[in-house]
Amino acid sequence: MSKRQVVLGVNGRDHEVWITPSDTLLDVLHDELGLADVRYGCGEGVCGTCTVLLDGEPVNGCLTLAVQAAGHQVTTLRGLMGLGEAMHPLQECFLRRGASQCGFCTPGMILTALDLVHRTGRPTREEIRYALVGNLCRCTGYTKILDAVEEYADQAAGS
Amino acid sequence: MVAPAFDYVAAGSYEEAVRLLAENGDEAKVLAGGQSLMPMLNLRLAHPELLIDINPADQRPPTLDNEMLRLPALTRHRVLLEHDLVRQHCPLLAEAVRHVGNVRVRNRGTIAGSLAHADPTSEIGCCALATGARVVVRGPAGNGQSERTVPASELFAGYWSTTLDPAEIITDVLIPAARPRQGWSFQEMVRRTSDFAIVAVGVIFNLAERSGAPASATVALAGVADRVVLADPELLNDDPDESAARIAETLDPPDDVHASGAYRRRLARVLTARALREASARAAV
Repeated sequence: MSKRQVVLGVNGRDHEVWITPSDTLLDVLHDELGLADVRYGCGEGVCGTCTVLLDGEPVNGCLTLAVQAAGHQVTTLRGLMGLGEAMHPLQECFLRRGASQCGFCTPGMILTALDLVHRTGRPTREEIRYALVGNLCRCTGYTKILDAVEEYADQAAGS
Repeated sequence: MVAPAFDYVAAGSYEEAVRLLAENGDEAKVLAGGQSLMPMLNLRLAHPELLIDINPADQRPPTLDNEMLRLPALTRHRVLLEHDLVRQHCPLLAEAVRHVGNVRVRNRGTIAGSLAHADPTSEIGCCALATGARVVVRGPAGNGQSERTVPASELFAGYWSTTLDPAEIITDVLIPAARPRQGWSFQEMVRRTSDFAIVAVGVIFNLAERSGAPASATVALAGVADRVVLADPELLNDDPDESAARIAETLDPPDDVHASGAYRRRLARVLTARALREASARAAV
């Protein structure tokens, strides 16, 4: 189980990190690279708080080994933000609609919703519900999250 | 929790993976999509010393050849959901996969990983039985390796176990393409969308090509035993309610934290009747 060095492409930058084979991508992003927007929730792929984009597709950080991500592009919520931590338009929608309370689920919600909108354009409310079923929120009751995603999809479709 | 420490090796081909499996015996596990194995590791339900990652071994897309849909082992659930060949030639599977996990699980989870995991509530296992699927398996043979084909009906051995040799690997799943005058239905009951099925039923229904009379039906059930099961075709007649009741009577589902055995048997009856009706209606269109 000796440590090995891999290069992880995270949010547009390459990071050389020493990992053990059993380290998950979540372990390395959160503990080694200090990315607090990737979070341990359940460890079973059910709750969605460790969601990251692997080559643009949402995956469970807790169920992907860090070594498997070498040579691929990883994007976390922070990677969507602009220079000077300018918010992504979907984050603005979450703020405006009150779709984030404690904030623990928010990064996973946003990454999953963004993938949906990119793939489908203007999803129906039912399609948003279906896509977000694997992202648990214990504060908002989900309604405001759906509102925020709809608003963003409308914006994105209009521009 | 955190997974126990294990070593990792990426296999560039199925041949290499089989060789590594044969060398390492029970200490090694194959890692495909990781959406079942990794939770088991994180929960410390499994303690392998070596993971053999087959993700680099195969990049093939689904193909159709001689009315046979060939789904390479690493075909992701999302591909099953969206690929034109699957939607057209195995609509049952494309529909059933909607019920599997969530977006992230479907992006990584694979068809052969699901079959090899052999969960008794598996939607994909249920469809494999209903469609008469077969798996192509590679394993050690003498000093070399050989391939064999195993019908899905002979694959499952009990809770999370298959009849495969420990050093064998599924490389392909073969599903007979849907025929004209064939109907299908997938019915599932869950407490919350994306949960494991309490009970799921998959039905393929064939009408005779000339006369249009009911010719044959295949009923597969998940969540009613220690493995996904096929209903005895002798129990079926022209009446969906009667057929469903006769099938349910043969089942003795287990009680667990999710549902009682009696409730599961009732679900099996209700869902089978619905599935037979829907599948026969689709066949008649």
